[in-house]
Amino acid sequence: MALKTETMVLNMGPQHPSTHGVLRLELEIEGELILSVKPHIGYLHRCFEKHAEAMTYPQVIPYTDRLDYLAAMGNNFGYVIAVEKLLGIQIPERVEYIRVIMAELQRIASHLVAIATNGADIGALTPFLYLFRDREYILTLFEMTCGARMLYNYMWIGGLSHDIHPDFVRKTKEFINHFRPTVTELNNLLTFNKIFIERTANVGILPLDTAINFGASGPVLRGSGLPFDVRREDPYSIYNRFDFEIPTGKGLVGTVGDCWDRYYVRVLEMEQSVRIIEQAIDNIPEGDVQSAIPKRIKPPKGTVYARVENPRGELGYFIISDGNINPFRVKVRAPSFVNLEVMGELCKGHLVADVIAILGSLDIVLGEIDR
Amino acid sequence: MYQFLYNLIGNELIAGLLVAVVPLTIILVFALFGIWLERKVSAHMQDRLGPMRTGWHGWLQTVADLMKMLQKEDIVATGADKTLYNIAPILVFTGSFAAYAVIPFSSKLLGSEVEIGLFYVLAISSLVVAGILMAGWSANNKYSLLGAMRAAAQIISYEIPTALIVLSMVMLTGTLSLDKISQMQTSSFWNWNIFGGAIFGLSKFLLIPFMFVGAMIIFISTLAEVNRVPFDIPEAESELVAGYFTEYCGMKWGMFMLAEYGNMFAVSAIVSILFFGGYQSPIGYLGNSIGAQWLVPFEQGFWFIAKGLTLVFVQMWLRWTLPRLRVDQLMTVCWKYLIPYAFINLIIIGIISIL
Repeated sequence: MALKTETMVLNMGPQHPSTHGVLRLELEIEGELILSVKPHIGYLHRCFEKHAEAMTYPQVIPYTDRLDYLAAMGNNFGYVIAVEKLLGIQIPERVEYIRVIMAELQRIASHLVAIATNGADIGALTPFLYLFRDREYILTLFEMTCGARMLYNYMWIGGLSHDIHPDFVRKTKEFINHFRPTVTELNNLLTFNKIFIERTANVGILPLDTAINFGASGPVLRGSGLPFDVRREDPYSIYNRFDFEIPTGKGLVGTVGDCWDRYYVRVLEMEQSVRIIEQAIDNIPEGDVQSAIPKRIKPPKGTVYARVENPRGELGYFIISDGNINPFRVKVRAPSFVNLEVMGELCKGHLVADVIAILGSLDIVLGEIDR
Repeated sequence: MYQFLYNLIGNELIAGLLVAVVPLTIILVFALFGIWLERKVSAHMQDRLGPMRTGWHGWLQTVADLMKMLQKEDIVATGADKTLYNIAPILVFTGSFAAYAVIPFSSKLLGSEVEIGLFYVLAISSLVVAGILMAGWSANNKYSLLGAMRAAAQIISYEIPTALIVLSMVMLTGTLSLDKISQMQTSSFWNWNIFGGAIFGLSKFLLIPFMFVGAMIIFISTLAEVNRVPFDIPEAESELVAGYFTEYCGMKWGMFMLAEYGNMFAVSAIVSILFFGGYQSPIGYLGNSIGAQWLVPFEQGFWFIAKGLTLVFVQMWLRWTLPRLRVDQLMTVCWKYLIPYAFINLIIIGIISIL
């Protein structure tokens, strides 16, 4: 008589060391083998979109900080661009330069966390602390500029909340000089570590057509080999003035689109961000950062969709204005939300330990998924 | 040691208990020191300071933690099998503590001079597996169960390369007694087994490379047996929360910690006895040269603990540098690489020792 066997359902999260917040993964497992993965979200739902309808346009900005709390500058950026498009106002050059520098610094900070947590999930705890140490430099720069370390409310419609500190340019250059060797150190310690490659190469392979079908963006899409970057495809602000490359996954140690490729795309992107900052930092024109802020923000009737390249992918704001001082509707296209969808596809046939590696390489932020 | 105490006291039971107290003290003190060392080593590797407030450089931190642990409420999950749940930590600790019975800390401080010391250590340390399986099963937690299954598979697999290397050393030295193996490697580090042992001529030089390979294999496999990174998958924090002891708290959890640190030192001691001369000094004894014979056992104790701690430090160093392997990769390392190499090593050492 054959023994009756049954599969085990394991609820990973919402309280689990490496689900990156309050994600619950319902794993159906047979021993260690994954049969299916079902992500359950919504533990961090804060009604952002509904809240936005009850507030004036500038009042929404602090709430955008809390979407992707690891890249708050990028969230501000997308929202203010959308509203400025709606208002049809011109932004001073100085503001544009500072915004780009801040967004790129934020991209480095966010990727540092992504890489660090991906490594820590796989068991490398030392690179985690090294990278958080470097992130601290960036947070200090932000703190110097606007007083906040995580949720900045820095970019305002038509301008900025504060001008940069007199020391900002010097400190940023210091950071860049410090940061370049750190990337080499990271590559020696983690990226090309044999065990790390064993754990991430050929694991969670995302083919390009699947990535496109699911609507993935950011490093998840680029890791599969498509050089799609909103900064290049649909340049916003002044990104068309800078010279930078779009790194893609090449399958250097495994197959194109595996966890290692997504990880390595982030490492390379940090270097490209440094390049953009280097080009921008010496060319900040003089001027007043608040001169273009409108006295009364009451956009005409209409709709607008603006998108920016956030560290996690394409962040889009769709705003409907009915001519009032508060938006009629704000819809956010959150990159993490879309990227998480591929989880079920990626995990099939892998082991429990791989789920963690795959989730880490997708780099989700629950604040943005649940909104 | 036992004989000495027996002559002094004249009561078998008390003498036996006193002998047992010595390794227990060592294991407890080492666990306290080891946890502190682990925290400091990891902190300095990660550009931090680690515990600094309690005592000089935080050396009292583990004592304070222990006090807290003893006061904690003892929670047993509702669905747990209480009997097994309570026995498991004791069994795990017994397994690691009992191994100390035959480990010679110096020529005078030796729990029991059994002739089959190595065999005994290999056998008694397998007891840990039973305890871990019980812990994982009885807690009625899926993470615990997965962790226990992983631990059982891992520890049993990695006993094979360990046993093969031990076998080759037994062939070479002709004894299973840990004390005798230590005695053979006397007078200079050139006589340590890693340098071919206390023999002369061509065969010594032929042995050296295979001894290095053997030392590496046994170090790696003992690392896996005590569940340290990169082989810490049974308690993989980021995957299984805490593995087989997820549900434990208070002093029962403390027993697992004690067993872990006890095991760390025990396997380091075995490796240092087999390959690095055990308690023998690498440079000769001060006691011998100044004519104070009573000093020699103390020096031996110092060297033994120094060697053990060096290996423990290497374990910590690896832990804070490397990521963790996956279950299947762990098995691949064992069955596809370590066991064949250990076999070849065994055969070649056998041939050389006949020559």
